[in-house]
Amino acid sequence: MGPRTFAGCVNAMTNATSNPLALIAEITHRCPLHCVYCSNPLELTARAVELPTETWSRVFREAADLGVLQIDFTGGEPLARTDIVELVRLARSAGLYVNLITSGLPLDEPKLDALLAAGLDHFQLSFQGADEIIAAEISNTKSHTQKLRVLEWLKSRRVAVTLNFVIHRHNLRQLPEMLAIAESSSATRVEFAHVQYYGWAFANREQLLPTRAQLDQSLAFFQQAQQRLAGKIRVEYVVPDYYAKYPKPCMGGWGRKLILITPSGEALPCHAAKIISKLQFDNVKDRSLAEIWANSSALQKFRGQSWMQEPCKSCDRREIDFGGCRCQAMLLSGDSAATDPVCTLSPSRPQVDSQLTSINNGLISAAVTATLDANRQAHAAPTPWRYRVNPT
Amino acid sequence: MTALSPDSKPRLAAGVRLGENNQQRVLLMPERALRLNGPSLEIVQRCDGNHTVAQIVSELQQLYSKAQPEKVESDIRGYLELLQKERALNFE
Repeated sequence: MGPRTFAGCVNAMTNATSNPLALIAEITHRCPLHCVYCSNPLELTARAVELPTETWSRVFREAADLGVLQIDFTGGEPLARTDIVELVRLARSAGLYVNLITSGLPLDEPKLDALLAAGLDHFQLSFQGADEIIAAEISNTKSHTQKLRVLEWLKSRRVAVTLNFVIHRHNLRQLPEMLAIAESSSATRVEFAHVQYYGWAFANREQLLPTRAQLDQSLAFFQQAQQRLAGKIRVEYVVPDYYAKYPKPCMGGWGRKLILITPSGEALPCHAAKIISKLQFDNVKDRSLAEIWANSSALQKFRGQSWMQEPCKSCDRREIDFGGCRCQAMLLSGDSAATDPVCTLSPSRPQVDSQLTSINNGLISAAVTATLDANRQAHAAPTPWRYRVNPT
Repeated sequence: MTALSPDSKPRLAAGVRLGENNQQRVLLMPERALRLNGPSLEIVQRCDGNHTVAQIVSELQQLYSKAQPEKVESDIRGYLELLQKERALNFE
């Protein structure tokens, strides 16, 4: 083999594949936390209709056969399932790369060791902030101290660790402390994700949206952190698309790279799609994953470009962002086939702008927000949060 | 960044491993997957904490004896730097 082969050494997985690359397994909606920005739908799935272990086992094998590379165990809190160790073992033996996205709450050292022995590849620990006060306000639970304990346990064990910080107006001032937690842990990756406004986050949107000044400061912070930590910790961030000029390529395109299975077995293109009421979702109890991926009417609905309206239809960016997010189009414009209203080319963009104007004028600057936060802590005045509830 | 010195011994970081997908070898890691062709697979298989960078270079120069040795070396370094940037390697 000649030197030319070397030039082709490095090719990241391209988006040209026709099979899903990741399976998001939302194995339960039960959770000990009540986060105000939870990505679960407002209508949660009851424990009684959760899929049994055997069905998940079949789904994992079908996913691997279909070319899926990795599985994300999420929820709710995936550790709330008593069979989580068995599910990890089944997914790994099916040939999948196994991620666990967890609050770390129902966890002790023996359970952690069992998960690792079962083949867990990547442990993602979510944080609500850098201290117990903000964590308690956002999740309505005491959880921060336990997370720090879990980080200590992880240090002596061989597993990839990512810290996920969900960020918004009320915890952005803690970015340096959040990064310090990551640097003192064994994490090789840290993710700062500005809240995206669906589900519970949409219900709490006015409280969560950052100001323009806060956003700009956060972006500068992330870029500096990326440079300083290159080769040590991968620093990744997600911006709030309300402040963007063009929409995000949501999920890498509808039904294009990812498939999500709900606790009861419905196959969705993303976390939020159930808000589009006219969609009919197939269930893994009735059909194989391959059949669903190929033929589900819900997954086909917004695949490709034939569903597009103007301005998307003739836009140069339609292969880049796929028209943005269908759920956001539904939430903000009432039409799931409209251009994502965060796009500056969308006729509905003024709605988003008026939200931003009220946030930025109502809260003149990040300094004011910080003062408000300090006052609230001092006087324990209640914030009108709508906390996520628990399913029956 | 840790310097890629000839006597450092790269080892795949925790949560980074070889996998297979559609009859193709891939390097799986958190939120990423790299397709591996002949040479990149040969490199990755030697990132075991036992081979030094110099040993990896000399073994691949023998394996790909028709390629220019300097080119093989610079490509290996480039690939290891990429893996390092992805936080896929530790050095022992």
